[in-house]
Amino acid sequence: MRGRWWEVAALTLIALVIGLAFLALGLRVAGFDPGPALAALWSGAFGSWYAFTSATALRSVPLIFLGLAFAIAARGGALNIGGEGQFCVGAIAATVIGTHVHGWPAALAIPAVLLGSMAGGVLWILVPVVLKVRFGVLEVISTLLLNFVAEQFVSLMVQGPLQEARHTYPQSDPLLQSARLPVLPGTRLHIGFLLAASAGAVCWWVFSRTLWGFRLRAVGLSPRAAQVSGRINVPRIVVGALLWSGVLAGLSGGVEVSGVTYALFQNLSPGYGFTAIAVALLARLQPGAIVVTGLLFGALEAGAGAMQRDAGIPAVSVYVVEAVIILVVLLADVLARRYWLMRVVPVEESVA
Amino acid sequence: MSWATGTSLLVGGFLASAVRVGTPLLLAATGEMLTERAGVINLGVEGAMLGGALASALGAMSFGVWGGVILGMVAGMCIALVFGAFVVIAKVDQIICGTAITLGVVGLTGTAYRQTFGAAGPGLSIPTFASLPVPALHDLPVLGPALFTQPLLTYFAFLAIPVTWWMLFRTHWGLSVRATGESSEAARAAGIRTRGLQLFVTVIGGGFAGLAGATLVLAQVGTFAERMTAGRGFIAIAIVVLGRWHPVGVLIASLLFGVATALQFLFQALGLAVPYQLFLMLPYVLALVALAGAVGRVRAPAGLGK
Repeated sequence: MRGRWWEVAALTLIALVIGLAFLALGLRVAGFDPGPALAALWSGAFGSWYAFTSATALRSVPLIFLGLAFAIAARGGALNIGGEGQFCVGAIAATVIGTHVHGWPAALAIPAVLLGSMAGGVLWILVPVVLKVRFGVLEVISTLLLNFVAEQFVSLMVQGPLQEARHTYPQSDPLLQSARLPVLPGTRLHIGFLLAASAGAVCWWVFSRTLWGFRLRAVGLSPRAAQVSGRINVPRIVVGALLWSGVLAGLSGGVEVSGVTYALFQNLSPGYGFTAIAVALLARLQPGAIVVTGLLFGALEAGAGAMQRDAGIPAVSVYVVEAVIILVVLLADVLARRYWLMRVVPVEESVA
Repeated sequence: MSWATGTSLLVGGFLASAVRVGTPLLLAATGEMLTERAGVINLGVEGAMLGGALASALGAMSFGVWGGVILGMVAGMCIALVFGAFVVIAKVDQIICGTAITLGVVGLTGTAYRQTFGAAGPGLSIPTFASLPVPALHDLPVLGPALFTQPLLTYFAFLAIPVTWWMLFRTHWGLSVRATGESSEAARAAGIRTRGLQLFVTVIGGGFAGLAGATLVLAQVGTFAERMTAGRGFIAIAIVVLGRWHPVGVLIASLLFGVATALQFLFQALGLAVPYQLFLMLPYVLALVALAGAVGRVRAPAGLGK
């Protein structure tokens, strides 16, 4: 999964071009002119300062958080595909706190909201962690199933305890002003973007400069080798990675509620959790690269919105582009590994 | 109406809806079990089901219900073929590839659906399967309406269980499939063409998933909606684990989920004021509880996912 940065960058570009080519081909087959559609995609993502900050960068925030969350667990060999569920529970916790902190200054209210959302995310991933450790249930399946439970949980909340005061709409009361994240003047971009980028920097430091990060990678590469080395408590490392994964995923929900929507409602996330898996994979689980690929996918989804408005093409079509990108990267990894083996094997033979 | 007839009608109706909602799960899980027995775990089964659902809706509108069934199966097989080509021939990571396939199908079906019917998505008028009472048996009390007054596809799903069992455990072909799932290297050494076999059962599994989607549209809901499978494919994967990779276990687990899902109808009929979301959560929660109880004591095919 590792490579020099320019190899990764080149591969990403190739995968992106192939993905967009598929989209163009599909549009042509469906009887559309791909030209204006792709132009709308571009201008919706990068057409102006406002588009870049208030659409692309704004959209990338949950993708970066959730991409980092996936990467932490995946580096330790655990697959947390329940980011979506942890996002939802984080959002619920943030809403509960953000609507109740009357009279709190922003300096207290905002940290309370964000810490609450982290706690929500950890709580939600605790279930798969316990199931894995106590009963050996694969976290892939348990985290996935909990996404659907979390979705109903949000629905229950916004039609029950958290419903707005007039009890008309299935959504919560708006967050108090003091609980909302500051916004870059003239745009919709909130400070959560800086938080996401900092989280990326911290993850980079932890992964590459700390003992825990080294052990995490050892466990991910070969749990057996890590265990017999005698210095690594494998289950403990995996549990820690999953819990931190839940922290970041929950935080993404809190940041979305306190920075963008200011209220809880159903379908708060248009599948951020799944897109983020693509973001993390494309970045080879490298935190710095996740910030970049998060922006790239943020641009794709922001552009897709513009494509729907301006060219009448359903925004969901961008999922096809994302799927093609993942498949191309998977395929390229396999080819690279085979090529690499071809280079290495003769050397081993000559030594023997 | 006496109290006894009332109760038997209620129970009969409850069991009938349990079997009905359990049928797509049973079909998808049967296919997934076959695939996993050969060592391939297909998370794209959700996508194959969703693709099958849309294809069957479109097919049924143009060619009638049977056209819908066939197109649904073909769509599921095509999606599984793409997945199979990636994981069996190119040997990419099965979990990630399956997730990507499902993501792509969500995009494809969403786009195709909106393009064809518009964003508003009016209720489509799709021909559906009527119930087909089995002569004589459907008159039985309670069990008659529950088991023998079902759409044809339900009988097919139940019939598929003994057939799969016989294929897997009583034929040479089934032995090859299971050997491949335990250790594809050993199976290859024994002269089995493992890649062809894995690809074949993956496509068959996709056909089952497509049929499951078709059943959902043509014998249950009567229309198509974006993301209408709502995780049923993932539940099917849990059912396979729960059913211990055995046809009879899969049958029992599917019916269990049918019962869990149908509980909401029963409770509504009884007039209990419990939030409906709790019932929608129930099958997923049950899946987790059941997995926790089952996993420790069963063994997956040794080569699964490799």
